[in-house]
Amino acid sequence: MFTRVVSGWGNYPKQEARIASPSSCSALQDLIAQEESLLARGMGRSYGDSANASVVVETSCNDHFLRFDEMSGRLTAESGITLREILKVVVPKGWFLPVTPGTSYVTLGGAIAGDVHGKNHHISGTFGEHVKSMTIAIGTGDILTVSPSENGDLFYSTCGGMGLTGIIIDATIQLIPIQTALIDQRTLKLDCIEAACEAFQENSNATYSVAWIDCLARGKHLGRSVLMLGEHSRSGGMYFDLKEPKTIPFNTPPSLLNKPAIKCFNHAYWHKAVHNQLQTPSLGAFFYPLDAVGSWNKLYGKPGFLQYQFVIPKEGGVANMRTLLTLIAESGQGSFLAVLKQFGQANANLLSFPFEGYTLALDFKVTESAIKTLHRLDEIVVRMGGRVYLSKDAVMRESTFKSMYPEWEAFEAVREKYRAIGKFSSAQSSRLGLA
Amino acid sequence: MKKILIFGATSAIAEQCARIWAARGESLYLVARNDDRLKTIASDIEIRGASRVLSCRMDVNDMDQHAKLIDEAVAALGGIDVVLIAHGTLADQNSCERSVEETMMEIQTNALSSISLLTLTANHLETKRQGTIAIISSVAGDRGRASNYIYGAAKAMVTAFTSGLRQRLYKSDVAVVTIKPGFVDTPMTTGFQKGLMWVKPETVASKIVTAIDKRKAEVYIPKFWWVIMLVIKIIPNTIFQRLKL
Repeated sequence: MFTRVVSGWGNYPKQEARIASPSSCSALQDLIAQEESLLARGMGRSYGDSANASVVVETSCNDHFLRFDEMSGRLTAESGITLREILKVVVPKGWFLPVTPGTSYVTLGGAIAGDVHGKNHHISGTFGEHVKSMTIAIGTGDILTVSPSENGDLFYSTCGGMGLTGIIIDATIQLIPIQTALIDQRTLKLDCIEAACEAFQENSNATYSVAWIDCLARGKHLGRSVLMLGEHSRSGGMYFDLKEPKTIPFNTPPSLLNKPAIKCFNHAYWHKAVHNQLQTPSLGAFFYPLDAVGSWNKLYGKPGFLQYQFVIPKEGGVANMRTLLTLIAESGQGSFLAVLKQFGQANANLLSFPFEGYTLALDFKVTESAIKTLHRLDEIVVRMGGRVYLSKDAVMRESTFKSMYPEWEAFEAVREKYRAIGKFSSAQSSRLGLA
Repeated sequence: MKKILIFGATSAIAEQCARIWAARGESLYLVARNDDRLKTIASDIEIRGASRVLSCRMDVNDMDQHAKLIDEAVAALGGIDVVLIAHGTLADQNSCERSVEETMMEIQTNALSSISLLTLTANHLETKRQGTIAIISSVAGDRGRASNYIYGAAKAMVTAFTSGLRQRLYKSDVAVVTIKPGFVDTPMTTGFQKGLMWVKPETVASKIVTAIDKRKAEVYIPKFWWVIMLVIKIIPNTIFQRLKL
């Protein structure tokens, strides 16, 4: 083992960690027996401190395809494989991920632990809803098979469980068939939050929908958005090439992403968009636009950034969103890339984030006042009956978490049963008061 | 479609090479000591697109198995275009220093077994008058240093041997590629503090595959090691013996 400073994608907070990378199941079991406390870590693409721990088990060596049935689209792979590697193999054969987050640089295990969602949440739910089974090493070192019907309590705690129930060794997922590697995209320009939410509702049968939202716009333009709707194309071929990103090798001076620059960017983005435009981007361009810019997280400079994503209930959601957007716009700290989406139904996973309503995701440069703003937003979101996404959180308070995620006690009971208490923990779980 | 034989197929670098070849649809014959891991890798490589994947468990130190295995690989693949010899161990220098047995074992694994495989595959390809043999040596073989001279000595033997072999096979149109990686972040180097000089096995692998495609003679990976080793090689012994390297 060696030590390294680890952090999430936001580069905040940082922690010195001992790094283990067991190359076999028995090596992993030895490690679980020896270490007082540990946590699996994949690509480190959660934003905050979800994958920060004093001992992290890197799953990068555990990245093999185990089985792929090209007829049924059933795929079994080890947890450290990235969605990107999966796509390179399955897309040319006519299959795609049932749910994908906005980056392909996440591991299968990470996607399950965060119970990630994508632009099709209103139709397809979260990633965990497409997991058929998994094998997990629990706190005793035993390796269990879990599925909705076998050790179901552990299954529903592990999907969205932030790695706190054990170490996922492999998983079987059901892919979806596609006819081409292209997306038919329609763009709608909506000049305020009310129009945006209405457009989501009107287009709720679109397979994919997501909106870029200008968090700095105020007054009658508050919440102006560019909504992108997508369907898998039926013609255009299977050519699929995920380009390797151009990387930003160094941290840029933090002053570069200042308010005028963000305002300019948002202004340009809004005016570049054409209402009702039809395009056919590739899967890569539609789902992973930021993957083309390697380490865009370095744009925020050395102090790093906070990503904040909340969901509020659909009822009263539009007015509540206006309240929150006003607060964000007034704080003047809003990011240059904010995303708005309407979620579908919640699922049975104990700590899963999405439920039916509106969700907003945005970045803040790390400053004292940004942290204060987030705490203030947290309080309002709680009062609105909403919650904050754990995969992005770095600063939430314990009390906030416990009111946002009332199932936390049930979650702890499952962890107790499978000897995860104390054994699997992260900086985030300690902060949120999980044992 | 190329036919590729890999020794040490479960090593991190070799596995990444195999993934690149799999994506290109080549046929592979994988040889390694750890059977479980070999099977996992073989099915992974097949799913990643290899035309055919065959595998066989062998400990490279069972040298009397070498000839038979190579014959089997040739028969199974229907010939061989590329051989990659990638097995190796990195024993603890300090405990080797105190034990002749451990030192000899290190030389056996990292040099003698390779010499046997090089000889047999070279003789086969020479008769076919085509093909490429690539072997992973190391920058450590360029000059013995106190911290790592037993591993270094074994790799020096590999480097010198392949240099001669390359000359011999030139007229038969068989290329011999000597690969000299620097610090690579693999399970072999678990326990080392990793810094800026370290590279990922996938980076090394893509450069190895390119070197094999271009039938290069000797490659340092990353390239800057050529400069570092040049400096290390020209330091006079009067000074070198006082250095801690």
